[in-house]
Amino acid sequence: MSINAADTAWLLVSSALVMLMTPGVALFYGGMVRRKNLLSTMMMSFAILGLVSLLWVLYGYSLSFGPDKGGIIGGLDFIGLRTVGQEPSSVYATTVPHLAFMAFEAMFAIITVALVTGAVVERMKFSAFIVFSTLWLTIVYCPVAHWVWGSGGWLARLGVLDFAGGTVVHINAGASALALAWLLGPRRGYREKEPMEPNNIPMVVLGAALLWFGWFGFNAGSALTSGGLAASAFVATNTAAATAAFTWMLLSWIHRRPSLLGAATGAVVGLVAITPAAGFVSPVMGIPIGIGAAVACYYAMLLRARKMGVDESLDVWACHGIGGTWGALATGLFASVAVNAAGANGLIFGNAMQLGKQLLGVAVVWVFAFAATWVLGKIVDVTMGLRVNATEETVGLDISQHGERAYGGMLR
Amino acid sequence: MKKIEAIIREEKLDAVRAALQNSGYYGITVSEVSGHGREGGLILQWRVGEYKVDFLPKLKVELVVLDEDVARTLNAITSAARTGEMGDGKIFVLPVENAVRVRTGEEGDNAI
Repeated sequence: MSINAADTAWLLVSSALVMLMTPGVALFYGGMVRRKNLLSTMMMSFAILGLVSLLWVLYGYSLSFGPDKGGIIGGLDFIGLRTVGQEPSSVYATTVPHLAFMAFEAMFAIITVALVTGAVVERMKFSAFIVFSTLWLTIVYCPVAHWVWGSGGWLARLGVLDFAGGTVVHINAGASALALAWLLGPRRGYREKEPMEPNNIPMVVLGAALLWFGWFGFNAGSALTSGGLAASAFVATNTAAATAAFTWMLLSWIHRRPSLLGAATGAVVGLVAITPAAGFVSPVMGIPIGIGAAVACYYAMLLRARKMGVDESLDVWACHGIGGTWGALATGLFASVAVNAAGANGLIFGNAMQLGKQLLGVAVVWVFAFAATWVLGKIVDVTMGLRVNATEETVGLDISQHGERAYGGMLR
Repeated sequence: MKKIEAIIREEKLDAVRAALQNSGYYGITVSEVSGHGREGGLILQWRVGEYKVDFLPKLKVELVVLDEDVARTLNAITSAARTGEMGDGKIFVLPVENAVRVRTGEEGDNAI
């Protein structure tokens, strides 16, 4: 196929939009931690922009999208971007340069690792975090991306639908976050119910806004073309985000007061839930998907905080794990071939089988991500230790891990 | 000379300052402080659920007055800062050994 200029322009812009989501995550998470850990929290996301970009070019893209090996993993043909050039790939996004598709997928890998950091803030040793992230990208992200999105991946062949990453990105990150938080243990003072007060809610809101903005690239860009499907996914995305933000605000109002932190969180879980569905459902389905996301994630968060006894600090599991699960299942409910001929019909269009396939995809990624993360985390814990020591934690990770602090001295 | 340290509600600063100026004291030092007396803490919302903040924001107003002005100054601050609810604050009076005006080097009562 030959290169289409409009498709190429849209995919490059989308890649840049998705890149901006990772600093968005840095702000979103950074604002929610205590002041002494603001930089360390942002640093995790920012460092991932560097680390994963590099690993992706070296071998990550090849493991995920290289020629299929038994449905499990990509081959090593694209190592160091060998043969990935200005000509289109013969199987992926065949109207844009192969490099553009590679770059777009790189941004997904980056943000997925960055999402996991919400589970470990305020106590994970930075060196251990870098080692863990390298292992996690290689052993968890790349295989799952291949299973779902790789040509010949076994979940793709079974007909599991995931438009932009409900399983690959969100369930993957959410289940892994839960496992890692369990291994790491709670922050000092968490069990004693010390208030872990967010240091800057405006920063959280700015981060959520950047996520919302970048998510247009994430979802509408996942059409990989710049036609009607991209527009449909764009509207579905905005509708779900808006509905969930408003719903979460109402939930907080019922319980106490309309919360801005709540509305920002609602927008994010709406975006999470529409991710797997965006290009398979009609845009108006963003409304039920958004409402469902806000309600499911709100009560999952309550359950996590009150019953589960795990300090999964910024609720990656409740937002991304549960939001992604709802979105993947909702795809099995609301998908329609009238929207995307390459998709399938869901339950409400008479195809109950699709819901079963979605359930399988969800279960597989849940179990694999949780178990593999547990093993990888355990290995890092035994060899180098996952946590900072008590003094470093009390002083705060900004100073103990990075030798910097967010706000300067007393004078000026 | 006596030093007066008044912990007051944030929203009462303007009234207290006006009252002090009426009693002839223009120079004050104000700082933002946190603490609590007998009043309960503040209930805030996390993404779900609530948490309690024990330390509430207050202002600390400091000034040094002549011995004969102490009663008058205390009166001025109390009446300006009072709402009658818990959390109105507290005033402390401390002895001061000396004072120096940096510009002129004047000492003692003349420096106030």
